[in-house]
Amino acid sequence: MLFELRDVSLARGGRQVLGSVNADLHAGATAIVGPSGSGKSTLLRLLNRLADPDFGAITYRDLPLVEYDPLKLRREVSLVPQLPSLLEGTVGSNLRYAADLAGKELEPERCLGLAGLDAAFEERDVSRLSVGEQQRAMLARALAQQPRVLLLDEPTSALDHAARDAIEATLAQLQQELEISLVVVGHDPEQARRLTDRALRLQKGRVVACGPLEEALA
Amino acid sequence: MTTSIDVSLGQVAAALTLVALAAAISFWRRTDLERDIVVATVRSFVQLTAIGYAIKLIFEADTIWLVVALLSAMVLFGAITARSRAKKVPGAFWPLLIGLAIAAASTLGLVVALGIFEATPRYLVPVGGMMIGNAMTASAVALNRLGDEVADSRARIEATLALGATAREAAAPFVRRALRSGTIALIDSTKTTGLIFFPGTMVGMLLAGAEPTDAVRLQLILLYALLGSTAIAALVATGLAYRNFFTPAQQLRELGNEAAA
Repeated sequence: MLFELRDVSLARGGRQVLGSVNADLHAGATAIVGPSGSGKSTLLRLLNRLADPDFGAITYRDLPLVEYDPLKLRREVSLVPQLPSLLEGTVGSNLRYAADLAGKELEPERCLGLAGLDAAFEERDVSRLSVGEQQRAMLARALAQQPRVLLLDEPTSALDHAARDAIEATLAQLQQELEISLVVVGHDPEQARRLTDRALRLQKGRVVACGPLEEALA
Repeated sequence: MTTSIDVSLGQVAAALTLVALAAAISFWRRTDLERDIVVATVRSFVQLTAIGYAIKLIFEADTIWLVVALLSAMVLFGAITARSRAKKVPGAFWPLLIGLAIAAASTLGLVVALGIFEATPRYLVPVGGMMIGNAMTASAVALNRLGDEVADSRARIEATLALGATAREAAAPFVRRALRSGTIALIDSTKTTGLIFFPGTMVGMLLAGAEPTDAVRLQLILLYALLGSTAIAALVATGLAYRNFFTPAQQLRELGNEAAA
């Protein structure tokens, strides 16, 4: 099992964001779906310990998440946030930074290509990128760490249809060829159908359904 | 060379004319600072008069322990004052206190060790007070900037943490900018000193009848010492304070009312 969540609860600012969440996320591709404010992004942040639950427990590959070194965990379970937040400098310097942190050899052209960007983007200053390009650069940066799991928060929200299709093709390729597991937060059930085979449906911080895709989205 | 000057309370009272002018300008232009001007004037009179008598007692007692007690109290009040400028930084008091204490102790220790000043109350009290005052301003500006930077850049910091960067690595660009903010003002004023303004010590010595060359040399020593003390205070304060934004698990803390506490 990739992740197991047991009675996971979290409150922020006096508001219950997640309440007694129980879910099993299998290796492969899982969608987390639900309306805005249902706790999807918060749940994603718990999976690489950008935050910890107030109550309950999460395991990753059968070991409690809290027993992992958070830095090593985050280099293996890489989160790509919805809002692009690159470091100042070029796309290439961002890729190098990420690869160095993970202790991996950087292949910039390959990472950029997988994220749908051509090699010329390596020298581009991040301040000159469109939001869609930044989103793809964020994905390329995560791939530079050669993670085993990608946590993607609405990865195509700022992209047009053509770019979205390219990213979806890349994600499918990553999953099939590199055996990277995906946990994808999104609004769009159709995208969930294209990318994943399982889903976790949240509403107001509680699990409505979890399991095979069609069953969970029904 | 004479280095004493007699100033009567009447002369001090006459200078209040300029305070009245400042208040009048505030009233005329509706900047709503009249009350602050009055408070500042009264506080400066009470505080400086009190410290004047305290310094007189310390000079007469001629013991190093009273100097240490006075400078310690200044460090404490400096940290309390600076904390009010760093409301967005959680637990800002201790980094400020430690920063001011280290800045004061190290710069005073150094100027004494280098034989620039004697370790007597007449030198340590005014020089120490000047170091602490400027260090307080620098570290308050630095932490104020740090709080703003972190509040504005939460998404970028979290995205960097998400790559497996440590809190120190994720905060580094913001700590650097905060440190620069804290120290740049004194560096800039040092660049222009003598050209577009005369610093206080030099003015005081000239008014007291000192030789201009003596006044300049003393001023240079103090400016150089101030550069050191402000840099040390801002470095220590930012270097300690940024940690308070993060948990031991290298997570960015959720800050609500907590920061102000």
